[in-house]
Amino acid sequence: MEGLISLAVKAVFIENLALSFFLGMCTFLAVSKKISTAMGLGISVMVVQALTVPANNLILTKLLAPGALAWAGFPDVDLTFLGLISYIGVIAALVQILEMVLDKYFPPLYNALGVYLPLITVNCAIMGGSLFMVERGYNFAESATYGLSSGFGWALAITAMAGVREKLKYSDIPDGLQGLGITFITAGLMAMAFMSFSGVKL
Amino acid sequence: MAQTYRSQLIDPLVDDNPITLQVLGICSALAVTSSMQVAFVMALAVTLVTGFSSMFISMLRNQIPSSIRIIVQMVVIASLVILVDQVLKAYAYEISKTLSVFVGLIITNCIVMGRAEAFAMKNPPIASFIDGVGNGLGYGLLLMVVSVIRELFGSGSLWGVTILETVNNGGWYVPNGLLLLPPSAFFVIGLIIWAVRTWKPEQVEEREYKIQTVEGH
Repeated sequence: MEGLISLAVKAVFIENLALSFFLGMCTFLAVSKKISTAMGLGISVMVVQALTVPANNLILTKLLAPGALAWAGFPDVDLTFLGLISYIGVIAALVQILEMVLDKYFPPLYNALGVYLPLITVNCAIMGGSLFMVERGYNFAESATYGLSSGFGWALAITAMAGVREKLKYSDIPDGLQGLGITFITAGLMAMAFMSFSGVKL
Repeated sequence: MAQTYRSQLIDPLVDDNPITLQVLGICSALAVTSSMQVAFVMALAVTLVTGFSSMFISMLRNQIPSSIRIIVQMVVIASLVILVDQVLKAYAYEISKTLSVFVGLIITNCIVMGRAEAFAMKNPPIASFIDGVGNGLGYGLLLMVVSVIRELFGSGSLWGVTILETVNNGGWYVPNGLLLLPPSAFFVIGLIIWAVRTWKPEQVEEREYKIQTVEGH
């Protein structure tokens, strides 16, 4: 249990997906102009991340890993090279299913989050979460914790970024730096602030 | 078709650069640029994947039903990335270890999807291939510029060869450690954008609020 808590803290602050691995940067920069939209997208990413990382963990351990197909009579088969294509398939399918479930049973939530869901399929934070899970060899409980907390970290980062940008639009910025340029530099400063968490251990 | 192949190949380098203007493919641009060698391999991989995925998707464009086009594009791109990944693991294992998850992340690199969606779905295969390669090169160019700055001033070397002898090895150059850390990539790209937009003022974005000066003070 303690291991899981420290994993969660690490995933939210020290190894923040957006600010120390730069994942999901395209959406991070494009959809962070207003706090409300940023928060909506952040929550959708968190939900999808919490579902896909454990789902991909099951796919890896039950179908793709060397010897995982022993129950079907193929103990020597190693399908790990199919990993990338299966993970992205799982992500695209889960996003689609989530969209349909929300549409049918929770229409207000669907109206709030619906527009962001297609964006999430191509958000590298989601794919990155699954790939880190594979690379670090998390088990099922760890991958569930990692999915939820890394998604939360991403949501936290994009909401903070949107807060800064809402104030920033009133300031007098040189012409060439207007828009994208100053956003990059702000993100750099935020990343430095998050670096001060490194070294914190539980 | 108004655009020539030549302009398709040249335009994305500066005038319509995928990173500085279209805001595509930034994730990997930041993460893999701390050394030139790694950045070069990444740029090459992305250029190949973008070119060929645009070509294949363009060949299939009349057969793909629009409701499932994203999944079909994903499958084409993912198959190409698996090829690149396996080749890297076989011939450049060290570099593939350094790139770690970022090879897999070419799948979700927005440049690949963005060009497939915006260009390859509407244009014939050869034009799409050139468009893909052009955008890959534009991405690669920026990657190389950032990595030259970061590696030269961060560790005093280029392509792993020492240029500025560092103090630790008895030389004179005190390396700027910040440039090896992730946040510096943001600053370097931000400043490059500033430089490019000062050179080409038509890329400057509109202000949301005008700064007004008050008369009579």
